[in-house]
Amino acid sequence: MKEPLIFDLSSPGRRACSLPAFDAPAKPLAELVPQECLRQHDAELPEVSEMDVVRHVTRLSQLNFSVDTHFYPLGSCTMKYNPKINDQIASLPGFARLHPYQPASTTQGVLAAFELLEQTLCAITGMDEFTLQPAAGAHGELTGLLLIRAYHTARGNPRSKVIVPDSAHGTNPSSAHLAGYHVVTVPSNKQGEVDIEKFRAALDEEVAAVMLTNPSTHGVFETNILEIAAMAHKAGALLYYDGANLNALIGLARPGDMGFDVVHLNVHKTFSTPHGGGGPGAGPVGVKKALEPFLPTPRIAHSAADGTFSWNYDRPKTIGKMRSFYGNTGILIRALTYILAHGVEGLHRVSEVAIINANYIKAKLKDLYDDPFPQACMHEIVFSGKRQKKQGSSARDIAKRLLDFGFHAPTIYFPMTVPEALMIEPTETESRETLDRFIAAMRQIAGEITQNADSLHNAPFTMPVTRVDEVKAARELDVNFVKRNA
Amino acid sequence: MNVPTDLKYTESHEWVKLSKNNEIATIGLTDFAQEELTDIVYLDLPKVGDEIEATTECAVVESVKAASDIYAPLSGKVIEVNQAVLDDPALVNEDAFGKGWLFKIKLADPAELEELLSDSDYEEILSEKERPDDDEDEEK
Amino acid sequence: MDYIPNTDADLSAMLREIGVASFDELVAAIPASLRKFKMELPAAMSEPELQRELGAMAARNKPLDALTSFLGAGAYEHFIPSAIDALVSRGELYTAYTPYQAEASQGTLQLLYEYQSLICRLTGMDISNASLYDGGSAVGESVYLALNAQPKRSRIVISNALHPEYRQILRTYTAGMEVEIVELPTRDGVTDLNTLAAAVNENTAAVLLQSPNFFGCIEPMLRAGELTKPKGAWFVAVVNPLSLGALRPPGEYGADLAVGEGQPLGIPVGYGGPYVGFLTSSKQLVHKVSGRIVGRSVDTEGREAFCLTLQAREQHIRREKATSNICTNQSLMALRACIFLALMGKRGIRKIAELNLRRSHQAADAICRVPGFALKFPRAPFFNEFIVTCPAPAQTVCDRLERNGILAGVPLSRFYAGMERDLLVCVTETKSTADIERLVESLSRAASQKV
Repeated sequence: MKEPLIFDLSSPGRRACSLPAFDAPAKPLAELVPQECLRQHDAELPEVSEMDVVRHVTRLSQLNFSVDTHFYPLGSCTMKYNPKINDQIASLPGFARLHPYQPASTTQGVLAAFELLEQTLCAITGMDEFTLQPAAGAHGELTGLLLIRAYHTARGNPRSKVIVPDSAHGTNPSSAHLAGYHVVTVPSNKQGEVDIEKFRAALDEEVAAVMLTNPSTHGVFETNILEIAAMAHKAGALLYYDGANLNALIGLARPGDMGFDVVHLNVHKTFSTPHGGGGPGAGPVGVKKALEPFLPTPRIAHSAADGTFSWNYDRPKTIGKMRSFYGNTGILIRALTYILAHGVEGLHRVSEVAIINANYIKAKLKDLYDDPFPQACMHEIVFSGKRQKKQGSSARDIAKRLLDFGFHAPTIYFPMTVPEALMIEPTETESRETLDRFIAAMRQIAGEITQNADSLHNAPFTMPVTRVDEVKAARELDVNFVKRNA
Repeated sequence: MNVPTDLKYTESHEWVKLSKNNEIATIGLTDFAQEELTDIVYLDLPKVGDEIEATTECAVVESVKAASDIYAPLSGKVIEVNQAVLDDPALVNEDAFGKGWLFKIKLADPAELEELLSDSDYEEILSEKERPDDDEDEEK
Repeated sequence: MDYIPNTDADLSAMLREIGVASFDELVAAIPASLRKFKMELPAAMSEPELQRELGAMAARNKPLDALTSFLGAGAYEHFIPSAIDALVSRGELYTAYTPYQAEASQGTLQLLYEYQSLICRLTGMDISNASLYDGGSAVGESVYLALNAQPKRSRIVISNALHPEYRQILRTYTAGMEVEIVELPTRDGVTDLNTLAAAVNENTAAVLLQSPNFFGCIEPMLRAGELTKPKGAWFVAVVNPLSLGALRPPGEYGADLAVGEGQPLGIPVGYGGPYVGFLTSSKQLVHKVSGRIVGRSVDTEGREAFCLTLQAREQHIRREKATSNICTNQSLMALRACIFLALMGKRGIRKIAELNLRRSHQAADAICRVPGFALKFPRAPFFNEFIVTCPAPAQTVCDRLERNGILAGVPLSRFYAGMERDLLVCVTETKSTADIERLVESLSRAASQKV
């Protein structure tokens, strides 16, 4: 049965909250604040009981697929298991019940945790310094590009261009644009890597940065990375690492060693903080020494004399601030817990198993789905549904049909360089049995398409709703519930 | 594919209809363009009085999963905008060469007319094109 | 402790199926020189060890439970109904991702639609997106929108009473753009409207005013909007959403955009995050708004169903032409706000807002009766924060009270020159008459101590 809107549940006089009474002499409000500043009509919020709200949200939650309930191989999103201990630690009052402007004498623990997290991220990525301030991956990108802008500006010329491969996430060109750069797109070659000759041709003294994801969104390692780095640096450009796919490289190789000058990480991907239905995440940014002076303010200071921590705001070259206060503390504490749980040996295993799991899926499906890049994949595999498209079913049809088997869909139609792309990222936390069931479903779907491609056009068949009319949603825009049509 | 013979075209899939004395041009999107975009849900058109410059971006058209720039086929001053397509963008899908027209301009430089394509030139461009792949979305 | 189910035996069998002799064969593409490094990391910890070690780290902090705090300045301690934590800790909600596959995400989608609707009702605005990172980035995004939608205008007018961190974010966000930021002075705690009128010209893209402003004072928003509009600039209101239970909402004074920090709506102070930014607009600007938006539609059977909408505005389609690079929202935090507003309801939101108003005025009156203490701006109306001028440097007063477990407020010297004796005090519904009496008594003792 359809769950009504919270507004449909409203009945005058119901209430779901108890607040203390005001126990001092109460003056009329208009004596405290001028009448024209006061609200004249109550906000039309629903009037419901606490149980109404609890049942409503609980029932709605049951309409979702999630990592806790379903295999979620959404490529480039690293939907790995979110350990519960991370939430327990982050919810401790010693972390959750701190005001950001409390004196440092009362927050030594959280400052120590931040410093430890910065150090572990440096060790994992091979960078020199980290800021934890950015609230998400795209926010980290913008931070990184503004750092690059400040770096070049300090040397006399901010430069005007940023090179981005055609396989990049849309956030890369968008962030570069916001940072005031003109975007130059470089195509990929047949192996799914950056076309090195085209790259060479695009590189000149106006290029401020080269943004790369490695492994790229094609799921393959950039084998020319050292050469690319050398070329970029020779032209005076900096190399930017989009950490979206870092789950392929933990303990295997480090962006800092490859020559990257700036990296952003997505802790909600690599370090397992819950995706929350679309945030909050966090996007720490790491830099090489030369960029450290520009990092956002404040930075953690650790006194050598007495071992105490404090915030240092006195940073004359800083780019300023990207976010109020210090960042998404609760998310950062979860990431730290995850890293400490794994330790050096556990982290080494993360990428190894993620890569084996992805290649296992590749090996078991490449006879039925086109595999545009025949070399071994890293942590994710990008198939093309071209063959199925010719038979009459699109990548979207395959994605929708998978939901009927109890699997979340892969990422589809991205990267844009692969027609009918199906991007599958199993992560290291799925068992062989789960992968086998997923493979069996994908094989069955390929068979269904061969037999009757039209049958998939109405998939999914078992979900709470069938396909949603997105055209109507956009043309007859209803994004704010006003009232029920009679 | 429908390509009326009484119109001029651009490589970026706009059509132009000229008034008798070549003073006023009515501009729209071709049938090919609307089909490629799929269901159009929103148009951001220039305003009456705006000066637009040939071959530069002057408007945006959005479908559910794609957005595309519209390039001015000719330079000139916008003298009329089709309110009906702003209210109901589906008109562009339903009648690209008729009720789905977008705006009219008063030509600044009739010499630019030389740069436009004839219907046969445009048809040749279309025949070289394969229908591209399905719409796109990215999930990060 | 890792969370990897596959055993070595599983992995060996899988490598055989893949057709390689070893894992190293799969990663042969990585240059050998890159694989020679040592990660300097601690050894793995078991769950009990994590609880002990990180528990000890948490214990080195002094949470608000162990203190009496009058800190505000952008992060507010409010009552958080217990149902919120119970509901948002459901794995179906917090381990899902962005609702790209609408059929498998109706729960998240409907809740975000309800969030948007509730925020619209609270602010009186027409359109709300599905949230942004926090109040500061919402201010930054509002300026991106105003500049992008009006390419011929490049001036942004703000007030020196806009949160200092938001002002800093704004300058950082626009570092790569052609923009002129004009900062207006204040007079008696509120923005000087004479200077506003002079600063707004044909080149002005937006005027941003925060109300209550950083000093706690309620700005003359109606008048400021009237001075902004004739020049065609956008009027952007930066508001505390909880205050709108009692204060006039931005929809009633003609704001083009209303943005702000959603943390007061059921989100813990959490040492600064995660929080949630809200961004609302008038109907005309719906196609300009950045961030995700959920729409109500129908499925192929004609049943009510929800999906992300207007995605063609966003970076994954528009790439460098998008008006914002924002990808995620802060869904789980928006969900907290949504549940908070549903639980408060029509009467609760008014009651909690009025309690804040009354408690802060009760405290202000009491503090001003202590010799040497006075309201800095006695003529400006305020909501739940106000500035007290102390007889000694505010930092000194705070240090003295901290010894008694009281955080008296935020000394303003860290943000403004010439305000050494000024203290920003916040009093929410979480404070009782007894708390206020303790504060007053401690202030009075602190004042009588020799410096």
